[in-house]
Amino acid sequence: MIANFPILTVLIFFPLVGVLIISFIDRKNVNVIRWTAFVISVIEFLISVPLYFEFRLGTPQFQFVEKHPWIKAWGAYYYVGIDGISLFLVLLTTFLTVLSILASWSIEKRVKEYMISFLFLETTMVGVFVALDILLFYLFWELLLIPMFLLIGVWGGPRRVYAAIKFFLYTMAGSVLMLGAIIYLYWNHYNVTGFLSFDLFELLKTPVPSTVVPWLFLAFAVAFAIKVPMWPFHTWLPDAHVEAPTAGSVILAGVLLKMGTYGFMRFCMPFFPSAVQKFALLFLALSVIGIIYGALVALVQEDIKKLVAYSSVSHLGTCMLGLFALNLQSVSGSLLQMINHGISTGALFLLVGVIYDRRHTRLIKEYGGIAKVMPMYATFFMIAMFSSCGLPGLNGFVGEFLTLIGTFQNYPIFAVLGTTAVVFSAAYLLWMYKRVFFQPLTNPANMKLKDLNFREFVILLLITVPMFWIGLYPKPFLERMQPSVEAFIKLSKGEATVSMIYKKDTASSKVALDLSEDTKIED
Amino acid sequence: MQKLVLGVVFIPLLGAAINGLFCWKTRRKAHWIAVPAIAIPAVLAFMILLRVMKGERFDHVLYWWIALGGLKIPVGFLVDELSAMMMSMVTFIATWIHIYSIGYMDHEDDISYARYFTYLNLFVFFMLILVAANNYLLMFVGWEGVGLCSYLLIGYWYEKISAANAGMKAFITNRIGDFGFTIALFLIYKHLGSLIFHDVFALAHELSVPLATLITLLLFMGATGKSAQIPLYVWLPDAMEGPTPVSSLIHAATMVTAGVYMIARSHALFNVAPFTMEVVAVVGAATAMFAASMALVNNDLKRVLAFSTVSQLGYMFVGVGVGAYAAGIFHLFTHAFFKGLMFLCAGSVMHALHGELDMQKMGGLINKMKITGITFIIGALAIAGVPPLAGFWSKDSILHHAFVSGHKVVWFIGTVTAGMTAFYMFRLIFLTFFGEPRDKHLYEHAHENPPVMTIPLIVLAVGSVLAGLLALAPNGGFEGFINRIMRTAHEMVTHGAEHAGGHESGLALIIISVAVAVMGIFLAYSMYIKRVPDPVTMAQRFRPIYLVLYNRYWVDELYFALFINPTVGISRHVLWKIVDVLIIDGIVNGVAGLCSLIGSVVRRIQTGYIPDYAWLVIIGVVIVCGLKILL
Repeated sequence: MIANFPILTVLIFFPLVGVLIISFIDRKNVNVIRWTAFVISVIEFLISVPLYFEFRLGTPQFQFVEKHPWIKAWGAYYYVGIDGISLFLVLLTTFLTVLSILASWSIEKRVKEYMISFLFLETTMVGVFVALDILLFYLFWELLLIPMFLLIGVWGGPRRVYAAIKFFLYTMAGSVLMLGAIIYLYWNHYNVTGFLSFDLFELLKTPVPSTVVPWLFLAFAVAFAIKVPMWPFHTWLPDAHVEAPTAGSVILAGVLLKMGTYGFMRFCMPFFPSAVQKFALLFLALSVIGIIYGALVALVQEDIKKLVAYSSVSHLGTCMLGLFALNLQSVSGSLLQMINHGISTGALFLLVGVIYDRRHTRLIKEYGGIAKVMPMYATFFMIAMFSSCGLPGLNGFVGEFLTLIGTFQNYPIFAVLGTTAVVFSAAYLLWMYKRVFFQPLTNPANMKLKDLNFREFVILLLITVPMFWIGLYPKPFLERMQPSVEAFIKLSKGEATVSMIYKKDTASSKVALDLSEDTKIED
Repeated sequence: MQKLVLGVVFIPLLGAAINGLFCWKTRRKAHWIAVPAIAIPAVLAFMILLRVMKGERFDHVLYWWIALGGLKIPVGFLVDELSAMMMSMVTFIATWIHIYSIGYMDHEDDISYARYFTYLNLFVFFMLILVAANNYLLMFVGWEGVGLCSYLLIGYWYEKISAANAGMKAFITNRIGDFGFTIALFLIYKHLGSLIFHDVFALAHELSVPLATLITLLLFMGATGKSAQIPLYVWLPDAMEGPTPVSSLIHAATMVTAGVYMIARSHALFNVAPFTMEVVAVVGAATAMFAASMALVNNDLKRVLAFSTVSQLGYMFVGVGVGAYAAGIFHLFTHAFFKGLMFLCAGSVMHALHGELDMQKMGGLINKMKITGITFIIGALAIAGVPPLAGFWSKDSILHHAFVSGHKVVWFIGTVTAGMTAFYMFRLIFLTFFGEPRDKHLYEHAHENPPVMTIPLIVLAVGSVLAGLLALAPNGGFEGFINRIMRTAHEMVTHGAEHAGGHESGLALIIISVAVAVMGIFLAYSMYIKRVPDPVTMAQRFRPIYLVLYNRYWVDELYFALFINPTVGISRHVLWKIVDVLIIDGIVNGVAGLCSLIGSVVRRIQTGYIPDYAWLVIIGVVIVCGLKILL
């Protein structure tokens, strides 16, 4: 039954059903809108769960593939599928969306538009991760900017317009470069083979003139590096995070940044193995700078949210380090770290949101000693904090350790520099924690703070579960990733060609094509 | 066997989970869960120890934690002589400290009381993981886990700013050591292809000497953090901000000895790296004396004990550093009894004096607190190395091994430090329990504590008297038992001993160290009871030295000036304010500004008048045509 079910298509478009429903609800029925959005996101998550269980192990092939003609004249297809790389990013997206919507209960302004934007955002996010047609990918990639721009620009903090425009233009600047590179690949493919295609695998197969390769690589790399963000393209991030509403920050950190790393994994590196070799040292160096620099700047932030934002720069540096080290452990660790960062940093943003709702300030010096009045909150914050700074037994450790031990096999110096993060991350997080939660409770505004309510408790409990799961038993994650990661490494090292790895893919996609034609008839 | 091991390790976790999740239910009754959660494993651990004595071993994988390509890391446990001994010791001491805590923590409010026992159970769980793990990474889980609990318990009274700071300092300092430890793991994996003890030790001899030296030095770096050796010892004196039973359990008896355990466990690696061994021995000896010197003048009851712990840990490192792993472990074992005991005694004094720690305000307490006083004296005699108490046997064994293995300077430092130890310990005893009470009000209100606190004191005092006698047990005693897993090292040491002339020197060494200890005690007696020479005039006469010692060599201030302030300062003023905001973001905003500048200039052309546009068209046509003609 599941084989015939176009699960990815449903995943992409189901939130739009929610958008449709909400648009018919009167804007005064705020609670109805909230609940509708919430229920839609929960159903969406439940639909995505079978991906995990039905995912076939031991193969790098794309699964749940669907391929329909889209713009025939251009050779563009509606072509979607997932492998071990995108599987968990999709699950992370649907999971975090549920929590984000639940965390948005405190939004009072234009709830209808807010929820519509959010569900639309979910559609585009899922689309980015499952698209196998590069035009389709680019479409989702760009569409995504709109709801995110609105979320920051309408529901954000005092400097929201500046932050939103900065976020938008910064990403656009990268996207333009990427678009240029995509068009080049497209025409190059036409010149070589004589037919038009945006199919990822077709493009991967086509040889590119070696003089152009570095430029194309850099065009993609800059676009993705901005999104990650890698140092020195990171300055949009603190602004965007600080100004975005809580749920916006969660999605921004949890999912949007991963689009950058995902882009590296799916396009940038497998496309241009020779350029990867050429630029590896540069990117490793930038990653390490990001790790240390992000941590040091986080250390001295006065705003909790900005601190978490800079910690993202540091964590994503670890991810990039692992990717460019191109080693089974490092890449798997990096991929796991992407998920981990989504969970633990997502949790930290949710936690900051809880206190911001109560006090409308995020300055560290406004707090102190609030563990006394909010013990439950303090407990969750502590778990998320230790998850973020890589305490063994929680998720962050597994990802960080794998990334670094793998990197060490190939680039010991970079790994050693990256490992300094264990000291710095403990320093900035614990120091902040001490100033916010410990010490005497002196500020009278904090005396009457209420501990978590039921809704907040549920959100935080839900996000804490995967921290322990990945920390204690990462096997289900690692075994699903492994074949795809191996394929990625072979491609990016130039050790294998696309047709060697995705040999059976054409066959299976044909099956999918046939099946989809069946479904079409039903339509 | 597997059931026993799992029981020992996981029952404390169960206890922690129950108290942690249901602290609003268990409240005052938290100890009814917490104490059995340690006492049952203590019994089980003893059963394991008995089996190990018969020669049984256990190395079993529970499940594969991380398995990715060549990297396979199990959650698995190893029980041999070393870990069985550690498990028994940890659970035994922890049981009594849990019981003691019932009395000591009775002023806490309900939830905090449950929270305390949760952390304490959790600590024991991680400590057992640490000693029972069969691979480095799982050991590291325990290693970090005990660090976490230490952080939580030091900062238990988190509203006190000093406690909050101390907890943070402990964790971050430990992380610096962990940095080294982690790199060592990377190296081991890269060159030996595994992190499982069994594989690593089997292959250790294949490592080249420089590589082995690097690995072991990095491991030792981890040990200096956890076991508070130079240069990372600074967190331990501050860690005394935690409740005293915590200081006793974590910062004296168990966690801080993890570094020694780790080195003993890794003896196969350290044996390949003689240079590291020298470093360990020298750092150990230096720390022993350095910390003892600071203990000489400190007036804070717990701080003196903390410095003493650092100093005694130094001895243990001397032991493992000179290749006498078993002697180091033996001292770890006896130290757990007498130092655990002394901290509990200090806690008992504090409890009686409403938290007072300044020894200058005490005096004469022996009249009010007989049990505490006597047990404290037993502990002090044990640490001073008076035969036949526990410390005598283990300390002497270490010094003996140092001497016969040719480390004469290390032996000398150790012996002098033994004298200092005896002196500062009895200075503490005399200031606290003898002489005239210096604060009448405090003295009036002092009282002996209830049996729930004094019974653990008595038990541990008995242990402090008898534990050392294990040295006389058949088959080489305690050290012979541990040495069953360390043949090579043992042979090396005995070989060295034969070289140095063997047992004739043994008796002379014993006489010297006992004499030094007695001299230390006597000097303390004469200075603090008889007042010849008077300590106050002494402090004035040697004021510079006194100040240096009293201010702990200004090491904390030095670290702040050298590392912490520059890091924070550069991060704030250079990296953030200049590089990030001014340069990088400046460029970004500059580009945006440039665009709008160009826009505002070019905009002027868009006047809206058709004649203007017509002119522009004509100019354009002229330019294009002109270019066409010219080129």
